[in-house]
Amino acid sequence: MTVTLIPGTRRTRPPSVQPREARRSRPALRRTAVAWLFLAPFAVVFLLYTAIPTVAALGFSLTDLRGADLRTPFAVNFTGLENYARLFQDETFVRDILNTALFVAVGVPLTMGIGFALALTLNSGIRRLRGVFRTVFFAPVVTNVVAVALIWQYAFNADGTVNKVLGAVGLGGPNWLDDPNLAMPVVILLGVWRNFGTAMVLFLAGLQAIPQDVYEAASLDGAGRWRQLRHITLPLLLPTTLMVSVLLTVFYLQVFDEPYLLTGGGPLGSTESVALYTYRQFGSGEFGTSSAASFVMLVLVAVVSVVQFRLLRSRT
Amino acid sequence: MTLYRRPLLYGALILCALLTMLPFALAVSGSLRSLDEIRADPGAWIPEHLTFDNFTRLFATEGFGGFMVNSIVVALMVVVGNIVAASAAGYALAKLEFAGKRLAFGAVMAAMMVPFSAVFVTQFVITVDMGLADTLTGIALPGVALPMSVFIMRQYALSIPDELLEAARIDGAGEFRIFFRIFLPLAGPAVATITIMSFLASWNNFIWPLIVAQSMSTYTLPVGLAATSQAAAHVTDYGLMLAGAIVVMLPVLLLFLFLQRYFVQGIAGTGMR
Repeated sequence: MTVTLIPGTRRTRPPSVQPREARRSRPALRRTAVAWLFLAPFAVVFLLYTAIPTVAALGFSLTDLRGADLRTPFAVNFTGLENYARLFQDETFVRDILNTALFVAVGVPLTMGIGFALALTLNSGIRRLRGVFRTVFFAPVVTNVVAVALIWQYAFNADGTVNKVLGAVGLGGPNWLDDPNLAMPVVILLGVWRNFGTAMVLFLAGLQAIPQDVYEAASLDGAGRWRQLRHITLPLLLPTTLMVSVLLTVFYLQVFDEPYLLTGGGPLGSTESVALYTYRQFGSGEFGTSSAASFVMLVLVAVVSVVQFRLLRSRT
Repeated sequence: MTLYRRPLLYGALILCALLTMLPFALAVSGSLRSLDEIRADPGAWIPEHLTFDNFTRLFATEGFGGFMVNSIVVALMVVVGNIVAASAAGYALAKLEFAGKRLAFGAVMAAMMVPFSAVFVTQFVITVDMGLADTLTGIALPGVALPMSVFIMRQYALSIPDELLEAARIDGAGEFRIFFRIFLPLAGPAVATITIMSFLASWNNFIWPLIVAQSMSTYTLPVGLAATSQAAAHVTDYGLMLAGAIVVMLPVLLLFLFLQRYFVQGIAGTGMR
Protein backbone atom coordinates (compact mmCIF):
# COMPACT_ATOMS: atom_id res chain seq x y z
CA MET A 1 0.00 0.00 0.00
CA THR A 2 1.60 3.18 -1.10
CA VAL A 3 0.50 6.75 -0.88
CA THR A 4 -0.62 7.49 -4.38
CA LEU A 5 -2.25 10.87 -4.05
CA ILE A 6 0.32 12.79 -6.07
CA PRO A 7 2.86 10.40 -7.59
CA GLY A 8 0.08 8.62 -9.50
CA THR A 9 -0.81 11.75 -11.37
CA ARG A 10 2.53 11.70 -13.11
CA ARG A 11 1.81 8.33 -14.64
CA THR A 12 -0.51 9.78 -17.23
CA ARG A 13 0.86 8.99 -20.66
CA PRO A 14 1.92 11.96 -22.76
CA PRO A 15 -0.71 12.99 -25.30
CA SER A 16 -0.44 10.90 -28.44
CA VAL A 17 1.78 12.39 -31.08
CA GLN A 18 -0.12 11.23 -34.13
CA PRO A 19 -0.34 13.58 -37.11
CA ARG A 20 -3.36 15.86 -37.11
CA GLU A 21 -5.17 14.10 -39.94
CA ALA A 22 -4.94 10.80 -38.15
CA ARG A 23 -6.27 12.27 -34.95
CA ARG A 24 -9.33 13.59 -36.68
CA SER A 25 -9.94 10.32 -38.48
CA ARG A 26 -13.12 8.41 -37.81
CA PRO A 27 -11.65 5.81 -35.46
CA ALA A 28 -10.19 8.61 -33.31
CA LEU A 29 -13.51 10.43 -33.22
CA ARG A 30 -15.23 7.19 -32.34
CA ARG A 31 -12.71 6.50 -29.58
CA THR A 32 -13.31 9.94 -28.11
CA ALA A 33 -17.07 9.54 -28.25
CA VAL A 34 -16.88 6.13 -26.56
CA ALA A 35 -14.56 7.47 -23.83
CA TRP A 36 -16.89 10.37 -23.05
CA LEU A 37 -19.77 7.93 -22.88
CA PHE A 38 -17.81 6.15 -20.14
CA LEU A 39 -17.24 9.49 -18.43
CA ALA A 40 -20.82 10.71 -18.83
CA PRO A 41 -22.28 9.76 -15.42
CA PHE A 42 -19.41 11.40 -13.56
CA ALA A 43 -19.40 14.39 -15.93
CA VAL A 44 -23.11 15.10 -15.42
CA VAL A 45 -22.85 15.03 -11.62
CA PHE A 46 -19.65 17.08 -11.78
CA LEU A 47 -21.26 19.77 -13.93
CA LEU A 48 -24.42 19.91 -11.87
CA TYR A 49 -22.92 19.83 -8.37
CA THR A 50 -19.36 21.16 -8.72
CA ALA A 51 -18.70 23.17 -11.90
CA ILE A 52 -21.96 25.12 -12.12
CA PRO A 53 -22.16 25.80 -8.36
CA THR A 54 -18.57 27.06 -8.27
CA VAL A 55 -19.14 29.48 -11.14
CA ALA A 56 -22.52 30.44 -9.71
CA ALA A 57 -21.03 31.10 -6.27
CA LEU A 58 -18.57 33.51 -7.88
CA GLY A 59 -21.49 35.17 -9.67
CA PHE A 60 -23.70 35.32 -6.57
CA SER A 61 -20.87 36.85 -4.58
CA LEU A 62 -20.96 39.86 -6.90
CA THR A 63 -24.68 40.49 -6.38
CA ASP A 64 -27.06 41.35 -3.58
CA LEU A 65 -28.92 38.02 -3.98
CA ARG A 66 -31.05 37.12 -1.01
CA GLY A 67 -33.04 34.00 -0.24
CA ALA A 68 -36.28 35.77 -1.06
CA ASP A 69 -35.00 36.62 -4.59
CA LEU A 70 -34.74 33.01 -5.72
CA ARG A 71 -38.09 33.17 -7.54
CA THR A 72 -37.33 36.54 -9.18
CA PRO A 73 -33.70 36.23 -10.26
CA PHE A 74 -33.83 39.35 -12.48
CA ALA A 75 -34.59 41.66 -9.60
CA VAL A 76 -31.07 41.02 -8.29
CA ASN A 77 -28.52 43.80 -8.62
CA PHE A 78 -24.90 43.53 -9.61
CA THR A 79 -22.90 45.05 -6.77
CA GLY A 80 -19.30 44.33 -7.81
CA LEU A 81 -16.92 43.70 -4.97
CA GLU A 82 -19.20 45.28 -2.36
CA ASN A 83 -19.84 41.95 -0.59
CA TYR A 84 -16.11 41.33 -0.26
CA ALA A 85 -15.47 44.84 1.03
CA ARG A 86 -18.24 44.46 3.59
CA LEU A 87 -16.93 41.02 4.56
CA PHE A 88 -13.56 42.33 5.64
CA GLN A 89 -15.15 45.22 7.52
CA ASP A 90 -17.34 42.75 9.37
CA GLU A 91 -15.73 42.14 12.75
CA THR A 92 -17.38 38.74 13.11
CA PHE A 93 -15.89 37.56 9.79
CA VAL A 94 -12.39 38.67 10.77
CA ARG A 95 -12.89 36.98 14.14
CA ASP A 96 -14.01 33.80 12.39
CA ILE A 97 -10.91 33.84 10.17
CA LEU A 98 -8.76 34.08 13.30
CA ASN A 99 -10.74 31.27 14.95
CA THR A 100 -10.23 29.09 11.89
CA ALA A 101 -6.53 29.96 11.82
CA LEU A 102 -6.27 28.95 15.48
CA PHE A 103 -7.99 25.65 14.75
CA VAL A 104 -5.46 24.98 11.96
CA ALA A 105 -2.42 26.24 13.87
CA VAL A 106 -3.12 24.07 16.92
CA GLY A 107 -5.00 21.19 15.33
CA VAL A 108 -2.62 20.35 12.49
CA PRO A 109 0.62 19.99 14.54
CA LEU A 110 -1.24 18.15 17.31
CA THR A 111 -2.90 15.69 14.92
CA MET A 112 0.35 15.12 13.06
CA GLY A 113 2.42 14.77 16.23
CA ILE A 114 0.14 12.12 17.69
CA GLY A 115 -0.20 10.32 14.36
CA PHE A 116 3.56 10.34 13.78
CA ALA A 117 4.45 9.17 17.30
CA LEU A 118 1.99 6.28 17.08
CA ALA A 119 3.14 5.29 13.58
CA LEU A 120 6.76 5.34 14.72
CA THR A 121 5.97 3.19 17.76
CA LEU A 122 3.90 0.70 15.76
CA ASN A 123 6.73 0.50 13.21
CA SER A 124 9.50 -0.02 15.78
CA GLY A 125 9.61 -3.78 15.43
CA ILE A 126 6.84 -4.81 17.81
CA ARG A 127 4.84 -7.75 16.53
CA ARG A 128 2.26 -8.66 19.09
CA LEU A 129 -1.09 -6.83 19.09
CA ARG A 130 0.11 -4.54 16.31
CA GLY A 131 -3.09 -5.07 14.31
CA VAL A 132 -5.23 -4.50 17.39
CA PHE A 133 -3.53 -1.20 18.17
CA ARG A 134 -3.89 -0.03 14.59
CA THR A 135 -7.60 -0.90 14.65
CA VAL A 136 -8.15 0.98 17.90
CA PHE A 137 -6.29 4.10 16.77
CA PHE A 138 -8.06 4.16 13.44
CA ALA A 139 -11.58 3.55 14.78
CA PRO A 140 -12.30 7.25 15.55
CA VAL A 141 -11.81 8.06 11.84
CA VAL A 142 -14.92 6.12 10.86
CA THR A 143 -17.15 7.53 13.59
CA ASN A 144 -20.03 9.86 12.95
CA VAL A 145 -19.32 13.43 14.02
CA VAL A 146 -22.85 14.05 15.31
CA ALA A 147 -22.58 11.02 17.58
CA VAL A 148 -19.13 11.92 18.87
CA ALA A 149 -20.14 15.51 19.52
CA LEU A 150 -22.91 14.21 21.80
CA ILE A 151 -20.40 12.11 23.74
CA TRP A 152 -18.21 15.20 24.08
CA GLN A 153 -21.18 17.23 25.38
CA TYR A 154 -21.93 14.53 27.91
CA ALA A 155 -18.31 14.32 29.06
CA PHE A 156 -17.62 18.07 29.17
CA ASN A 157 -20.85 19.43 30.64
CA ALA A 158 -20.60 21.21 33.98
CA ASP A 159 -21.50 18.08 35.98
CA GLY A 160 -20.01 15.71 33.44
CA THR A 161 -17.47 12.95 33.69
CA VAL A 162 -14.44 15.14 33.00
CA ASN A 163 -15.26 17.45 35.87
CA LYS A 164 -16.04 14.48 38.08
CA VAL A 165 -12.51 13.20 37.46
CA LEU A 166 -11.05 16.65 38.09
CA GLY A 167 -13.11 16.86 41.29
CA ALA A 168 -11.69 13.56 42.47
CA VAL A 169 -8.19 15.03 42.38
CA GLY A 170 -9.36 18.19 44.08
CA LEU A 171 -9.76 20.47 41.07
CA GLY A 172 -12.93 22.43 40.48
CA GLY A 173 -13.90 21.85 36.86
CA PRO A 174 -15.23 24.75 34.80
CA ASN A 175 -18.24 24.71 32.51
CA TRP A 176 -16.09 23.96 29.48
CA LEU A 177 -18.42 24.66 26.60
CA ASP A 178 -19.80 27.87 28.12
CA ASP A 179 -16.40 29.44 28.68
CA PRO A 180 -15.12 31.53 25.73
CA ASN A 181 -11.53 30.54 26.56
CA LEU A 182 -12.11 26.82 27.08
CA ALA A 183 -14.67 25.98 24.40
CA MET A 184 -12.16 26.13 21.55
CA PRO A 185 -9.71 23.63 23.11
CA VAL A 186 -12.59 21.16 23.60
CA VAL A 187 -13.66 21.65 19.96
CA ILE A 188 -10.08 21.16 18.76
CA LEU A 189 -9.74 18.02 20.88
CA LEU A 190 -12.77 16.56 19.10
CA GLY A 191 -11.21 17.31 15.70
CA VAL A 192 -7.86 15.83 16.71
CA TRP A 193 -9.45 12.67 18.12
CA ARG A 194 -11.31 12.06 14.87
CA ASN A 195 -8.32 12.66 12.60
CA PHE A 196 -5.08 11.45 14.16
CA GLY A 197 -5.82 7.94 12.86
CA THR A 198 -5.69 9.23 9.29
CA ALA A 199 -2.31 10.85 9.94
CA MET A 200 -1.07 7.65 11.59
CA VAL A 201 -2.05 5.44 8.65
CA LEU A 202 -0.43 7.80 6.14
CA PHE A 203 2.78 7.97 8.21
CA LEU A 204 2.80 4.18 8.58
CA ALA A 205 2.61 3.80 4.82
CA GLY A 206 5.46 6.29 4.45
CA LEU A 207 7.61 4.54 7.06
CA GLN A 208 7.09 1.14 5.48
CA ALA A 209 8.26 2.49 2.14
CA ILE A 210 11.71 3.30 3.57
CA PRO A 211 14.05 0.40 2.67
CA GLN A 212 15.37 -1.51 5.71
CA ASP A 213 18.96 -1.74 4.43
CA VAL A 214 19.41 2.01 4.88
CA TYR A 215 18.93 1.49 8.61
CA GLU A 216 21.18 -1.58 8.63
CA ALA A 217 23.96 0.39 6.97
CA ALA A 218 23.52 3.20 9.47
CA SER A 219 23.68 0.96 12.52
CA LEU A 220 26.81 -0.73 11.10
CA ASP A 221 28.30 2.75 11.00
CA GLY A 222 27.37 3.11 14.66
CA ALA A 223 24.42 5.49 14.36
CA GLY A 224 22.04 5.22 17.33
CA ARG A 225 18.27 5.31 17.24
CA TRP A 226 17.98 9.08 17.57
CA ARG A 227 20.53 9.77 14.86
CA GLN A 228 18.79 7.29 12.59
CA LEU A 229 15.50 9.05 13.24
CA ARG A 230 17.00 12.47 12.56
CA HIS A 231 19.17 11.64 9.57
CA ILE A 232 17.23 8.86 7.84
CA THR A 233 13.60 8.62 8.88
CA LEU A 234 12.70 12.30 8.97
CA PRO A 235 14.36 13.31 5.67
CA LEU A 236 13.00 10.29 3.80
CA LEU A 237 9.55 10.88 5.26
CA LEU A 238 9.43 14.50 4.13
CA PRO A 239 7.07 13.97 1.16
CA THR A 240 4.62 12.12 3.43
CA THR A 241 4.89 14.79 6.12
CA LEU A 242 4.24 17.49 3.57
CA MET A 243 1.25 15.65 2.15
CA VAL A 244 -0.29 14.98 5.57
CA SER A 245 0.19 18.56 6.68
CA VAL A 246 -1.49 20.01 3.60
CA LEU A 247 -4.26 17.43 3.71
CA LEU A 248 -5.06 18.30 7.30
CA THR A 249 -4.69 22.03 6.67
CA VAL A 250 -7.20 21.91 3.82
CA PHE A 251 -9.46 19.78 5.97
CA TYR A 252 -9.28 21.95 9.10
CA LEU A 253 -9.64 25.18 7.11
CA GLN A 254 -13.13 23.95 6.28
CA VAL A 255 -13.98 22.99 9.85
CA PHE A 256 -17.74 23.10 10.35
CA ASP A 257 -19.25 20.03 11.99
CA GLU A 258 -17.32 20.14 15.25
CA PRO A 259 -18.12 23.73 16.31
CA TYR A 260 -21.62 23.62 14.78
CA LEU A 261 -22.56 20.58 16.84
CA LEU A 262 -20.67 21.25 20.06
CA THR A 263 -21.15 24.97 20.60
CA GLY A 264 -23.06 26.35 17.61
CA GLY A 265 -20.11 28.73 17.23
CA GLY A 266 -20.46 30.16 20.73
CA PRO A 267 -19.96 31.16 23.44
CA LEU A 268 -19.71 34.76 22.19
CA GLY A 269 -18.60 33.51 18.77
CA SER A 270 -15.39 32.14 20.22
CA THR A 271 -15.60 28.92 18.19
CA GLU A 272 -17.30 30.18 15.02
CA SER A 273 -15.34 29.14 11.91
CA VAL A 274 -15.44 30.64 8.41
CA ALA A 275 -17.56 27.74 7.17
CA LEU A 276 -19.98 28.37 10.03
CA TYR A 277 -20.13 32.06 9.07
CA THR A 278 -21.01 31.03 5.50
CA TYR A 279 -23.76 28.78 6.81
CA ARG A 280 -25.12 31.44 9.17
CA GLN A 281 -25.33 34.00 6.32
CA PHE A 282 -27.04 31.37 4.17
CA GLY A 283 -29.47 30.64 6.99
CA SER A 284 -30.43 34.30 7.32
CA GLY A 285 -30.97 34.54 3.55
CA GLU A 286 -27.86 36.61 2.73
CA PHE A 287 -26.86 34.44 -0.25
CA GLY A 288 -24.56 37.12 -1.73
CA THR A 289 -22.53 37.55 1.44
CA SER A 290 -22.52 33.81 2.03
CA SER A 291 -21.14 33.18 -1.47
CA ALA A 292 -18.46 35.84 -1.04
CA ALA A 293 -17.33 34.25 2.25
CA SER A 294 -17.29 30.82 0.66
CA PHE A 295 -15.20 32.13 -2.21
CA VAL A 296 -12.63 33.50 0.20
CA MET A 297 -12.49 29.95 1.58
CA LEU A 298 -12.14 28.45 -1.90
CA VAL A 299 -9.19 30.74 -2.66
CA LEU A 300 -7.53 29.81 0.65
CA VAL A 301 -7.94 26.11 -0.03
CA ALA A 302 -6.74 26.48 -3.62
CA VAL A 303 -3.62 28.40 -2.51
CA VAL A 304 -2.72 25.72 0.05
CA SER A 305 -3.33 22.95 -2.50
CA VAL A 306 -1.21 24.61 -5.19
CA VAL A 307 1.61 25.12 -2.70
CA GLN A 308 1.35 21.40 -1.91
CA PHE A 309 1.68 20.41 -5.56
CA ARG A 310 4.64 22.72 -6.10
CA LEU A 311 6.47 21.51 -3.00
CA LEU A 312 5.85 17.86 -3.81
CA ARG A 313 6.97 18.30 -7.42
CA SER A 314 10.24 19.85 -6.32
CA ARG A 315 10.89 17.26 -3.63
CA THR A 316 10.06 14.02 -5.38
CA MET B 1 17.89 0.55 27.85
CA THR B 2 16.97 -2.18 25.37
CA LEU B 3 15.78 -4.32 28.26
CA TYR B 4 13.15 -1.78 29.23
CA ARG B 5 12.34 -0.66 25.74
CA ARG B 6 9.69 -3.22 24.86
CA PRO B 7 7.61 -2.95 28.06
CA LEU B 8 7.82 0.84 27.82
CA LEU B 9 6.56 0.85 24.25
CA TYR B 10 3.71 -1.50 25.10
CA GLY B 11 2.86 0.53 28.19
CA ALA B 12 2.65 3.72 26.15
CA LEU B 13 0.60 2.05 23.41
CA ILE B 14 -1.86 0.55 25.88
CA LEU B 15 -2.30 3.90 27.59
CA CYS B 16 -2.95 5.64 24.26
CA ALA B 17 -5.36 2.88 23.22
CA LEU B 18 -7.34 3.25 26.46
CA LEU B 19 -7.52 7.04 26.02
CA THR B 20 -8.69 6.57 22.43
CA MET B 21 -11.41 4.15 23.50
CA LEU B 22 -12.57 6.29 26.41
CA PRO B 23 -15.32 8.16 24.51
CA PHE B 24 -16.76 4.84 23.30
CA ALA B 25 -16.76 3.43 26.82
CA LEU B 26 -18.42 6.55 28.14
CA ALA B 27 -21.13 6.36 25.48
CA VAL B 28 -21.87 2.71 26.20
CA SER B 29 -22.05 3.20 29.97
CA GLY B 30 -24.15 6.36 29.67
CA SER B 31 -26.58 4.80 27.22
CA LEU B 32 -27.34 2.01 29.69
CA ARG B 33 -28.26 4.38 32.53
CA SER B 34 -31.81 5.42 33.29
CA LEU B 35 -32.99 9.02 33.06
CA ASP B 36 -33.38 9.31 36.86
CA GLU B 37 -29.91 7.97 37.45
CA ILE B 38 -28.34 10.45 35.02
CA ARG B 39 -30.25 13.37 36.48
CA ALA B 40 -29.14 12.41 39.98
CA ASP B 41 -25.46 12.18 39.01
CA PRO B 42 -24.67 13.10 35.39
CA GLY B 43 -20.96 12.38 35.62
CA ALA B 44 -20.95 8.88 37.11
CA TRP B 45 -18.87 6.25 35.31
CA ILE B 46 -20.71 3.04 35.89
CA PRO B 47 -24.48 2.46 35.63
CA GLU B 48 -25.99 1.21 38.89
CA HIS B 49 -28.83 -0.60 37.14
CA LEU B 50 -28.47 -1.57 33.52
CA THR B 51 -31.42 -0.62 31.34
CA PHE B 52 -32.10 -0.82 27.62
CA ASP B 53 -34.93 1.65 28.00
CA ASN B 54 -33.04 4.37 26.08
CA PHE B 55 -32.64 2.15 23.03
CA THR B 56 -36.29 1.07 23.16
CA ARG B 57 -37.42 4.70 23.30
CA LEU B 58 -35.30 5.62 20.26
CA PHE B 59 -37.17 3.21 18.05
CA ALA B 60 -40.58 3.29 19.76
CA THR B 61 -41.11 7.04 20.09
CA GLU B 62 -38.24 8.94 18.44
CA GLY B 63 -38.60 7.48 14.93
CA PHE B 64 -35.09 6.05 14.62
CA GLY B 65 -36.41 3.09 12.63
CA GLY B 66 -37.49 5.49 9.88
CA PHE B 67 -34.22 7.45 10.03
CA MET B 68 -32.31 4.21 9.67
CA VAL B 69 -34.31 3.13 6.62
CA ASN B 70 -33.67 6.56 5.06
CA SER B 71 -29.94 6.31 5.78
CA ILE B 72 -29.80 2.85 4.22
CA VAL B 73 -31.76 3.92 1.12
CA VAL B 74 -29.53 6.97 0.58
CA ALA B 75 -26.38 4.90 1.15
CA LEU B 76 -27.57 2.30 -1.39
CA MET B 77 -28.14 4.96 -4.03
CA VAL B 78 -24.74 6.47 -3.33
CA VAL B 79 -22.87 3.16 -3.38
CA VAL B 80 -24.49 1.88 -6.59
CA GLY B 81 -23.98 5.25 -8.26
CA ASN B 82 -20.32 5.36 -7.30
CA ILE B 83 -19.63 1.82 -8.49
CA VAL B 84 -21.20 2.54 -11.88
CA ALA B 85 -19.90 6.09 -12.40
CA ALA B 86 -16.41 5.56 -11.00
CA SER B 87 -15.71 2.22 -12.68
CA ALA B 88 -16.59 3.67 -16.06
CA ALA B 89 -14.84 7.03 -15.58
CA GLY B 90 -11.77 5.54 -13.90
CA TYR B 91 -11.39 3.00 -16.69
CA ALA B 92 -11.66 5.67 -19.39
CA LEU B 93 -9.13 7.93 -17.65
CA ALA B 94 -6.59 5.13 -17.26
CA LYS B 95 -7.04 2.98 -20.34
CA LEU B 96 -8.49 5.00 -23.22
CA GLU B 97 -6.86 7.66 -25.39
CA PHE B 98 -9.21 10.47 -26.33
CA ALA B 99 -9.54 14.21 -26.82
CA GLY B 100 -10.16 16.05 -23.55
CA LYS B 101 -8.55 13.41 -21.32
CA ARG B 102 -6.39 15.89 -19.45
CA LEU B 103 -9.36 18.18 -18.97
CA ALA B 104 -11.43 15.32 -17.55
CA PHE B 105 -8.71 14.28 -15.13
CA GLY B 106 -8.24 17.92 -14.12
CA ALA B 107 -11.97 18.02 -13.33
CA VAL B 108 -11.63 15.01 -11.02
CA MET B 109 -8.72 16.58 -9.16
CA ALA B 110 -10.45 19.97 -8.94
CA ALA B 111 -13.66 18.40 -7.67
CA MET B 112 -11.72 16.84 -4.79
CA MET B 113 -10.48 20.28 -3.78
CA VAL B 114 -13.57 22.48 -4.00
CA PRO B 115 -14.73 23.13 -0.43
CA PHE B 116 -18.30 22.12 0.34
CA SER B 117 -19.03 25.51 1.86
CA ALA B 118 -18.29 27.13 -1.52
CA VAL B 119 -20.91 25.17 -3.42
CA PHE B 120 -23.71 24.21 -1.07
CA VAL B 121 -25.80 27.34 -1.68
CA THR B 122 -26.05 26.67 -5.42
CA GLN B 123 -26.34 22.94 -4.88
CA PHE B 124 -29.36 23.68 -2.75
CA VAL B 125 -30.87 26.05 -5.33
CA ILE B 126 -30.38 23.39 -8.05
CA THR B 127 -31.92 20.74 -5.81
CA VAL B 128 -34.97 22.94 -5.22
CA ASP B 129 -35.25 23.73 -8.96
CA MET B 130 -35.23 20.03 -9.80
CA GLY B 131 -38.05 19.50 -7.34
CA LEU B 132 -35.84 17.31 -5.16
CA ALA B 133 -35.92 19.33 -1.94
CA ASP B 134 -36.93 17.17 1.02
CA THR B 135 -36.46 13.92 -0.94
CA LEU B 136 -34.01 11.06 -0.41
CA THR B 137 -32.92 11.35 -4.06
CA GLY B 138 -32.05 15.00 -3.47
CA ILE B 139 -29.93 13.98 -0.49
CA ALA B 140 -28.13 11.21 -2.39
CA LEU B 141 -27.58 12.82 -5.78
CA PRO B 142 -24.49 15.03 -5.18
CA GLY B 143 -22.72 11.99 -3.73
CA VAL B 144 -23.43 9.42 -6.45
CA ALA B 145 -20.22 10.10 -8.41
CA LEU B 146 -17.57 11.11 -5.89
CA PRO B 147 -14.28 12.27 -7.45
CA MET B 148 -12.50 10.24 -4.76
CA SER B 149 -14.05 7.05 -6.20
CA VAL B 150 -13.01 7.93 -9.75
CA PHE B 151 -9.48 8.59 -8.51
CA ILE B 152 -9.31 5.23 -6.68
CA MET B 153 -10.55 3.38 -9.78
CA ARG B 154 -8.18 5.22 -12.12
CA GLN B 155 -5.18 4.40 -9.93
CA TYR B 156 -6.22 0.78 -9.83
CA ALA B 157 -6.87 0.59 -13.58
CA LEU B 158 -3.38 1.94 -14.27
CA SER B 159 -1.96 -1.17 -12.61
CA ILE B 160 -3.79 -3.52 -14.99
CA PRO B 161 -1.54 -4.38 -17.98
CA ASP B 162 -2.58 -2.90 -21.32
CA GLU B 163 -1.71 -6.17 -23.08
CA LEU B 164 -4.80 -7.82 -21.63
CA LEU B 165 -7.06 -5.22 -23.17
CA GLU B 166 -5.08 -4.99 -26.42
CA ALA B 167 -5.42 -8.73 -26.98
CA ALA B 168 -9.19 -8.44 -26.76
CA ARG B 169 -9.16 -5.40 -29.03
CA ILE B 170 -7.22 -7.32 -31.68
CA ASP B 171 -9.78 -10.09 -31.44
CA GLY B 172 -12.34 -7.47 -32.41
CA ALA B 173 -14.07 -6.92 -29.07
CA GLY B 174 -15.78 -3.54 -28.65
CA GLU B 175 -14.84 -1.12 -25.86
CA PHE B 176 -17.95 -1.88 -23.82
CA ARG B 177 -17.39 -5.61 -24.11
CA ILE B 178 -13.77 -5.18 -22.99
CA PHE B 179 -14.90 -3.06 -20.07
CA PHE B 180 -17.55 -5.50 -18.83
CA ARG B 181 -15.89 -8.81 -19.69
CA ILE B 182 -12.22 -8.14 -19.01
CA PHE B 183 -11.75 -5.01 -16.92
CA LEU B 184 -14.59 -5.23 -14.40
CA PRO B 185 -13.88 -8.82 -13.29
CA LEU B 186 -10.31 -7.71 -12.50
CA ALA B 187 -11.38 -4.53 -10.67
CA GLY B 188 -12.83 -6.29 -7.60
CA PRO B 189 -10.50 -4.77 -5.00
CA ALA B 190 -11.07 -1.23 -6.27
CA VAL B 191 -14.84 -1.78 -6.37
CA ALA B 192 -14.67 -3.01 -2.77
CA THR B 193 -12.72 0.08 -1.67
CA ILE B 194 -15.15 2.37 -3.50
CA THR B 195 -18.14 0.60 -1.93
CA ILE B 196 -16.73 1.05 1.56
CA MET B 197 -15.59 4.62 1.08
CA SER B 198 -18.78 5.88 -0.52
CA PHE B 199 -20.89 4.06 2.08
CA LEU B 200 -18.87 5.75 4.82
CA ALA B 201 -19.20 9.17 3.17
CA SER B 202 -22.95 8.74 2.78
CA TRP B 203 -23.64 7.25 6.22
CA ASN B 204 -21.68 9.95 8.05
CA ASN B 205 -22.74 12.89 5.88
CA PHE B 206 -24.39 15.53 8.00
CA ILE B 207 -24.60 19.10 6.65
CA TRP B 208 -26.04 18.30 3.22
CA PRO B 209 -28.87 16.05 4.48
CA LEU B 210 -29.49 18.66 7.18
CA ILE B 211 -30.01 21.29 4.47
CA VAL B 212 -32.10 19.15 2.11
CA ALA B 213 -34.26 17.21 4.59
CA GLN B 214 -37.02 19.43 5.87
CA SER B 215 -39.37 16.93 7.47
CA MET B 216 -38.89 13.93 9.72
CA SER B 217 -39.90 11.62 6.88
CA THR B 218 -36.62 12.34 5.06
CA TYR B 219 -34.26 12.66 8.04
CA THR B 220 -31.21 10.43 7.82
CA LEU B 221 -29.75 9.04 11.06
CA PRO B 222 -27.26 11.88 11.74
CA VAL B 223 -29.92 14.55 11.10
CA GLY B 224 -32.46 12.67 13.20
CA LEU B 225 -29.91 12.22 15.97
CA ALA B 226 -29.08 15.94 15.95
CA ALA B 227 -32.78 16.86 16.09
CA THR B 228 -33.58 14.34 18.82
CA SER B 229 -30.61 15.37 20.93
CA GLN B 230 -31.43 19.06 20.64
CA ALA B 231 -34.74 18.35 22.33
CA ALA B 232 -33.24 15.82 24.74
CA ALA B 233 -30.47 18.17 25.86
CA HIS B 234 -33.03 20.60 27.28
CA VAL B 235 -34.25 17.94 29.68
CA THR B 236 -30.72 16.51 30.25
CA ASP B 237 -31.83 13.22 28.71
CA TYR B 238 -28.24 12.19 28.04
CA GLY B 239 -29.00 8.47 28.05
CA LEU B 240 -31.26 8.84 25.03
CA MET B 241 -28.65 10.96 23.20
CA LEU B 242 -25.85 8.47 23.87
CA ALA B 243 -28.00 5.52 22.86
CA GLY B 244 -28.69 7.37 19.61
CA ALA B 245 -24.97 8.01 19.16
CA ILE B 246 -24.30 4.29 19.48
CA VAL B 247 -27.04 3.34 17.02
CA VAL B 248 -25.52 5.74 14.46
CA MET B 249 -21.89 4.62 14.99
CA LEU B 250 -22.31 0.87 15.45
CA PRO B 251 -23.03 -0.24 11.85
CA VAL B 252 -19.91 1.52 10.53
CA LEU B 253 -17.72 0.34 13.40
CA LEU B 254 -18.79 -3.27 12.83
CA LEU B 255 -18.19 -2.95 9.10
CA PHE B 256 -14.79 -1.44 9.88
CA LEU B 257 -13.83 -4.35 12.16
CA PHE B 258 -14.47 -6.88 9.40
CA LEU B 259 -13.33 -4.93 6.35
CA GLN B 260 -10.55 -2.88 7.91
CA ARG B 261 -8.19 -3.37 4.99
CA TYR B 262 -10.46 -1.53 2.56
CA PHE B 263 -11.08 1.38 4.90
CA VAL B 264 -7.37 1.87 5.47
CA GLN B 265 -6.53 1.46 1.78
CA GLY B 266 -9.21 3.89 0.76
CA ILE B 267 -8.14 6.58 3.17
CA ALA B 268 -4.41 6.04 2.70
CA GLY B 269 -4.87 6.04 -1.07
CA THR B 270 -6.71 9.32 -1.30
CA GLY B 271 -6.40 10.96 2.08
CA MET B 272 -10.14 11.54 1.95
CA ARG B 273 -13.14 10.21 3.69
